[in-house]
Amino acid sequence: MTVPAETTPTSPGYLLRGGRVIDRSGERVADVAVAADGTVAAVGSDLDLAVLGLADADVLDCAGCVVAPGLVDLHTHMREPGAEEAETVESGSRAAALGGYTAVVAMPNTTPAIDSAGVVSQVLDAGVAAGLCDVRVAGSITVGRSGEALSPMAEMAALGVEIFTDDGCGVQNDRLMRRALEYASGLDVTLAQHCEVEALSEGGHMHEGEWSSRLGIPGIPAEAEELMVFRDIALSRLTGSRVHFQHLSTAGSVELVRAAKARGLAVTAEATPHHFTLTHAEVASYDPLFKVNPPLRTDADVAAVKAGLADGTIDAIATDHAPHPQEAKEAPFDEAACGMLGLETALALGISELVEPGVVDLAGLLALMSWNPAGIARLDGVHGGPIAAGAPAHLVVFDPEHEWVVDPSELASLSHNTPYKDRRVRGKVRHTLLGGEPTVRDGKATR
Amino acid sequence: MSAAPARRRSGPARHLLGMSDLGPDVGAGIDEVMTLTDSFVEVNERQIPKVPALRGRTVVSLFFEDSTRTRLSFETAAKRLSADTMTFSVSSSSVKKGESLRDTVETIEAMGVDAIVVRHGSSGVPRQVARWSDAAVINAGDGWHEHPTQALLDCYTIRQHAGSLAGKRVAIVGDVKHSRVARSNVAAFTALGAEVTLVAPPTLLPPSLDGWPVKVTTDLDATLGSIDVCYLLRMQRERMTEALIPSLREYTAGYGLTSRRADRMAADVLIMHPGPMNRGVEIAAEVADRPNAVIVDQVRNGVAVRMAVLFLLLGSGTRWGGDDA
Repeated sequence: MTVPAETTPTSPGYLLRGGRVIDRSGERVADVAVAADGTVAAVGSDLDLAVLGLADADVLDCAGCVVAPGLVDLHTHMREPGAEEAETVESGSRAAALGGYTAVVAMPNTTPAIDSAGVVSQVLDAGVAAGLCDVRVAGSITVGRSGEALSPMAEMAALGVEIFTDDGCGVQNDRLMRRALEYASGLDVTLAQHCEVEALSEGGHMHEGEWSSRLGIPGIPAEAEELMVFRDIALSRLTGSRVHFQHLSTAGSVELVRAAKARGLAVTAEATPHHFTLTHAEVASYDPLFKVNPPLRTDADVAAVKAGLADGTIDAIATDHAPHPQEAKEAPFDEAACGMLGLETALALGISELVEPGVVDLAGLLALMSWNPAGIARLDGVHGGPIAAGAPAHLVVFDPEHEWVVDPSELASLSHNTPYKDRRVRGKVRHTLLGGEPTVRDGKATR
Repeated sequence: MSAAPARRRSGPARHLLGMSDLGPDVGAGIDEVMTLTDSFVEVNERQIPKVPALRGRTVVSLFFEDSTRTRLSFETAAKRLSADTMTFSVSSSSVKKGESLRDTVETIEAMGVDAIVVRHGSSGVPRQVARWSDAAVINAGDGWHEHPTQALLDCYTIRQHAGSLAGKRVAIVGDVKHSRVARSNVAAFTALGAEVTLVAPPTLLPPSLDGWPVKVTTDLDATLGSIDVCYLLRMQRERMTEALIPSLREYTAGYGLTSRRADRMAADVLIMHPGPMNRGVEIAAEVADRPNAVIVDQVRNGVAVRMAVLFLLLGSGTRWGGDDA
């Protein structure tokens, strides 16, 4: 449990007034009173603040806004240690808070990789010091993410690591993945997979198809992802272990997961905002801002991802927030780095691309962005609500109608590689509370 | 952006990054280039093959891939129009020193240039260069993507020997997948009304031919009797290591223009190749020297075509012409 380092013992508490509370138990117009100890004191109308001991509570205006459990991102790249010019745990936490997130899971493809207790501690401590977001850590499945030997998962699990992934790469060796799943089930942790069979993806820089053929760029076929999804579903069945699929991007992958769930297998899945918003047609500009792995795919794939988000096949939206320095995104397309920012635009894209067209409703979006990922990250009871007396006050307040235009220079990330420059979107965070204290107030980070 | 003085530049096109830059009607755009080329062919036959049309303009060659032939062709074209030329031959060591593409372009910009001729191993670089520069950008070949001046000189050469391309049947044979020449030629030839057939094994075709206005076949022998132009692409030896073809021998057996195959074609079928040739692989040595092999003409026409392109992009609107005394 992280409480911001500078909580004053004499915090007056807060009253979130005039908002519409949405959590997994339903939707109601209600005020939320937050106690000095960082928990929710009460939820309701006409709250008697004096009785609650919150007569001096600071009022946070929530008129026109939704009050929900803070968002949880299963997939953020913090770049610390090793690439702090692109992002640090502090700057990434600030970006997360501004995006409405109260918890993120930091990916282990740092330098050094997060494959030992030491690096786990380093990142966890940096998150506590920054005090802007509950930074959890994913450990790698293999030492150095090199795909050869299992990493010391037990020592990392002892520090609270619940998710392991070699993200950035998939585990190529079938036998090793089987052993990893068996070992993980003994620790009751979850293995997450970046599904990419390198024998098929090698040399590719965008989706293999109509556009790659036209543009003369080597492509990555959908099957490079689908083959590993298929394999891990089979290994999940073989070992009885849980598998979480990261950033699903193809219709075939969604279909495989749907069928696996129908058979009762313990698989979960996430998808990124860019995979339900953008397609490979964007690469016609050759702008590396659109280069990402897995790549932007076809219209049919985008439609399938949306359908998967709507019918429960895909459990969560995860940003895969991937900051890169300017020069890494100004190189020739095939030399440029893969990845895009995501923390500060995810909620708005969820509202603009999913809620507005009726793919999911607001409660459905919050399930995908808050309590479902909280469950996968084993943060139930801490993050993800429900918002009720006694629960930790990790909350987001956002205006679902607020229209704004994405400006890379105004994002809090140290990097600026967003593909959404000048895009008009709807939905903006007004306040974010972590442990009962605002990390974002009136749209601005508090530190 | 750079502090270079604004260059006076007029002309209908701003860049030539690909065939589609020749206008909403690509065929008309190609015709305009070819008409200009006729005039520059005449200039090149003069005792002093030079006109003052681009005097005072600067044309920079920014070549990240070695290509003496194409670079010299562009530089000759620029000089014959009286432009000043600069060469930025980016050796691999300079690239390894880590100078970014953008820094290289902005360094050139700072010197004040009117046109940048770019060749790079990565598709899309000319478009990126155009984003960072006010100069006119000409794509001299980017990765697998396009090589528009090659396509233009190929169109000119066909027209020179066989008249209008409308209705002509052209076979493009070989490694289409990796060929920027093929992509530009498909666009150019079809824009002029030619019927294009790609002849290649499936491994050497692009993954998707959706939207490509072409026919496809793996049977070269079946097409030989019904084509007017046989355009051969270079077969790179590296493709064997990528498991795209089992061996050069098997490639030649299926897709090489051997003497026997050339004999079965009508004697007036044009044999073309963008160069450099692998004699004995995609084309038999003696076939390349036959009278209907117009490969040398392709090279010769390249200078005049590139003069036309430079003039089109940088021409100040004044009439070109007159000797440079």
